Order: sequence, then C-alpha cells, then structure tokens
Amino acid sequence: MGKEWPLWEVFIRGSHGMSHRHVGSLHAPDAEMAIRNARDVYTRRNEGVSIWVVRAADIAASSPSDKGPLYEPSQSKVYRHPTFFDIPDDVGAM
Amino acid sequence: MDRDAALFEFLLRQGDTTLILAQRIGEWCGHAPVLEEDIALANTALDLIGQTQLWLGLAGEVEGKGRSADDLAYLRDAWDFRNLLMAERPNRDFGHTMMRQFLYDAWAHPMLTRLAASSEPRVAEIAAKAVKETAYHLERSADIVVGLGDGTDESHARMQDALDRLWPYAGEVFVADDADEVLAQAGIAPHPEELRAPWTETIRRVMAEATLTIPDSDFAHTGGRTGRHTEDLGHILSTMQWLQRAYPGATW
Repeated sequence: MGKEWPLWEVFIRGSHGMSHRHVGSLHAPDAEMAIRNARDVYTRRNEGVSIWVVRAADIAASSPSDKGPLYEPSQSKVYRHPTFFDIPDDVGAM
Repeated sequence: MDRDAALFEFLLRQGDTTLILAQRIGEWCGHAPVLEEDIALANTALDLIGQTQLWLGLAGEVEGKGRSADDLAYLRDAWDFRNLLMAERPNRDFGHTMMRQFLYDAWAHPMLTRLAASSEPRVAEIAAKAVKETAYHLERSADIVVGLGDGTDESHARMQDALDRLWPYAGEVFVADDADEVLAQAGIAPHPEELRAPWTETIRRVMAEATLTIPDSDFAHTGGRTGRHTEDLGHILSTMQWLQRAYPGATW
C-alpha cells in the first residue's frame, strides 16, 4: 500500500429513504475509519440512519465508450414502459 | 462549603474544561492533516461547545447573579477558570492532540455515564445528552491512538512522546477537594477516585493495543480545578475573548 489512504465511496440511507444513495467519497485507512469519517463528513446535518462504504477500487463500472451499444437500443422500445394499460378507476393512484 | 456553592464550582469545572478543550481542537480547523480529520475535529469541538453552553448556562442559573453562559465564557479572567490543565495544553502535532483527546474522553465517558444518574435532575439531563456524543469521541480518539501508536516507527515515536508529555496532566481529575466531597455526599457527582478504575482499564487496554508504554509514575500536576493555570490559558483567553473585551456587548 502506498502512503495515501485508499478512496472509499459512501452510501447513506436517510430516515425516510428506502435505499442507500451514493453521496460522495472520502479517504480512510480502513473500513471502520471510513464509516466514522463518513459519519463526520456526510451525516452532520442529520442526513442518515445507515452508512455503507465500499472501496472505490472494488467497484466495477461500465465503460463510457460502450454507451452506444449498452443504452441506445432501449431508446426505441417504448413498449417496454407499462403505459399502454387502462387502469380501472377503483384501483386508485398507482 | 454548601451544596449550591459546590454545585456552582462543579459546573464551572465541567463547562470550562469542555470550553477550553473545544477552543484548543478548534485551532485545527483548516489545518488538520486530511480533510476528513479536519471535519471530525471541528465536529468534536462543536459537540464540546454545545456541552459548554449547557454546563455554564446551569452554572449561571445556580449562581443566581444573572450571569449567562456567554458572560461566564467571555468575561472571566484566567484565575476564575476551573478547567483541567490538560485541556489547555498546546496542540503540538496531530498525534499529541489525539492523545490528549483520548485521555480526556476515557475519563469523560464514565464520568458522564455516572452523572446521568445524578440526584440533581438538571445535571442528569445534560449528562444524558453529552454521554452519547462522548461515546463517539472516545471510539474515534481510541482508534486513532491505536492506529498511530501501532503504525510506523515515526508515528509510534510521536505517540509515545505525546503520552509521556501528557501523563503528568492526566491524574488531576482524580484529586478530590472539599467541593468534590460535598457533591459525592449529596449524590450529585461521583467521587473523583471512583473513576480511576474504569479510566485505568480503558487506558491499559488501548495502550496495549497501540503498543505504547504507560509511564511508571503517579505524579499529577494540579491547580486547574482551583484556578491556578499554566501560562497557556491566558493565551487561549486572549484569542477567545478579545472581541467581547474590545467591543463589550457586541452581537451579530
């Protein structure tokens, strides 16, 4: 390991949130300190009730140059959206 | 010494210690070695300022002369301050700052835990709020003492040096006087000696993990709790109080 602390990505679940959301990143020597640092950097205004941290190096990401083949084919497939059904009135808001 | 006089003294000791320690660690704001520690130290300082407002606010109430927490913080001179000498020790390096924080937290946590069961409900209320903050401060400072103590040769040497320098200031908190006896009798605060065992246990456990050697000495500088301070306190006060001194009553 070099002299720099590794980078961690931080995910926080808010008190009304259903899922953890990515809020940013920080440096820390280990997972425990990463959670403490995340608590101090990202939850000081009462934003969260749960913290996940993951080493940035452990995240596998799609490549921006694959944008065309990955995402463009779905642009022309409106039938995949469930907008062609008549919803009975007594179902109410969905 | 009657109950209220002892209680006033006690509240100043609590509030002045958190105030001066907060002022000291606040000096790191914008200067800490990494951004994450900078914010964490500022958070700790703000927690301690919050505790100060409660302790000194109640002190003014108990004194009954109409002095507010701000009056007590900004308009007293060094000899009226009752903070632990350890709180006013200069920061030196980051390791020294965190060692001081750990030695304080390891005492403050069991102290506040006991104060939460105080016979004086206003003291118990403040302690119940502060103990949660302090539990976190202790986890954090202990972790850093272990990380740096059991770190590189350089960080280990600095942490051992910090412990050796601070050790003679750590024991002040266990030396009881009349006010402490009155408070213990009334069930308002634990007897200072009662905290030595839990404190020592925490120190031994963390120092063993940090591979640091506890100095073989019981010598303790005293005086902070009775108003006899090192010259460092005057320097802190001149920074902290100059605005109220230069522009009395200034607000924003």
